[in-house]
Amino acid sequence: MKIPSASWTSFRRGAFGVLVALGAWEAFARSGLFSQALSPPIEAIAVSLYQLSADGSMVRNAGATLGRVLLGLLLACLIGIPLGTLMARYRVWERFWVPLVSVFMPIPSLAWVPLFILWFGIGDITMIVVVTYAATFPMIYNVWAGVRSVNPIWLRAATVMGASEQTLFWKVVLPGALPYIITGVRLSFGRAWIAVIGGELLASPTWGLGRIIFDAKEFLNSSVMLAALLVIGVLGLVFERVVFQAIESRTVARWGMVADWK
Amino acid sequence: MDRVKGFLAQVGWTLLPFLVLAIIWETVARSGMYPPKLFPSLVTVFEALVRLVASGTLWTNTQGTLVRLVLGFALAGVIGVLLGIAMGRYRFVEDVFLPIVSIGYPIPGLAYAPLFVLWFGLGDLPAVLLVGLASSFSVTINTWKGVKAVREVWIRSAQVMGASDRQIFLQVSLPGALPYIFTGLRLGLAQAWRILVAVEMLTAVATGLGWMIFGAQEFLNTDVMLVGVATIGAIGLLLEKQVFARLEAYTVVRWGMMRA
Repeated sequence: MKIPSASWTSFRRGAFGVLVALGAWEAFARSGLFSQALSPPIEAIAVSLYQLSADGSMVRNAGATLGRVLLGLLLACLIGIPLGTLMARYRVWERFWVPLVSVFMPIPSLAWVPLFILWFGIGDITMIVVVTYAATFPMIYNVWAGVRSVNPIWLRAATVMGASEQTLFWKVVLPGALPYIITGVRLSFGRAWIAVIGGELLASPTWGLGRIIFDAKEFLNSSVMLAALLVIGVLGLVFERVVFQAIESRTVARWGMVADWK
Repeated sequence: MDRVKGFLAQVGWTLLPFLVLAIIWETVARSGMYPPKLFPSLVTVFEALVRLVASGTLWTNTQGTLVRLVLGFALAGVIGVLLGIAMGRYRFVEDVFLPIVSIGYPIPGLAYAPLFVLWFGLGDLPAVLLVGLASSFSVTINTWKGVKAVREVWIRSAQVMGASDRQIFLQVSLPGALPYIFTGLRLGLAQAWRILVAVEMLTAVATGLGWMIFGAQEFLNTDVMLVGVATIGAIGLLLEKQVFARLEAYTVVRWGMMRA
């Protein structure tokens, strides 16, 4: 997905598209086809967004959601990177884990939520387990593929030059697999982001963006729901575009391993 | 003889991890660390499976989920492919829709669920629409990329051979974009499958695997929940391995555009 080259016509047409979409929404909202409680005009959404930000609750909720995602992602890395590496380097590990991973990967993490609620209660633990479940499998898969793709000549060259197993791992295998690992983190983040919102809608912990939406539904506050949706979208976009892009261009793109596409 | 041996070894290696997992599970379940109601033994889960299959409950719920998946995914497929092709072919459509698609893509479809319930009520309609919406983005983006990625040489040679615009589009661009379109559909289906279960829990549909799990939670029927989770996993695996792998084998792989 690439934003078109910054030619002026494209920009104008793009702005036109967004404006038409906003205008259509506004006309629909004000037409009275649905009650305004169900389809609030843009102004009401903006007011809700402002109110939620001003009293600090939005920051707190977004912080709770992000914290869960990042912790889940960290756990996924801690499980996925060692396991994926071992799977790629030792035949026994591969044979043992591949069947398990391929059977558990297609189970949506959200299907586990009701069960996890019974096991771990409705608090943070359930959320983090769900997020970790969602994020771990893409991580394992990509690390496994990445480590296998490391050029064997590099490994041999390093071995000949007297590198120990440990040096080999830190200086050759890990950097060599990094493009795949970063892809894995990206995919994992996408999955985790969906899982955390779904989990919060189903388990409704005390804080969280999903919780805002869930609560707002009870009181028919659709402007609050849309404001929360907007925050969810923007946060997702920022992570995908800014954070991961930056990591990529600082590391693998700088080392010349992948093309730095802007 | 060696082939039989190899086959047996293969089967053994595939079963071993599940055996180990089952033993661990059973040990924990029988140790009394957790109440059996919350952490049932595999025998109980198997009995629940037999019971649900015999009474037809499992099938009814699976059917409900599959119908919803097919409808939602069909919606996403049609809209996504058409919009993607239009974006790939006409510059104007691309310019207008790309920002909207880029903004909508990172919002998890599930987040719309409560809103859709308010708009369309509970039941099947919001579930199908949500699944359709959530999976349409990857279809659109991949189709668009595919049409744009068709090799210029192919188009030029078709032009030189006197093909009309229409012919070029139908016989060069579209088949050329198919590998990407299939990738998009595959991603879309996987996405649809992942959120459908949760959507069912949120929109209170009449029958569905997600709903079965959610309903069983009320009665602490963990065995039923585990049967539901296992069924969902099995269908997910089947969809990935059977449906799309076959479709690709029949088209793009046969045409030599992609390796199986």
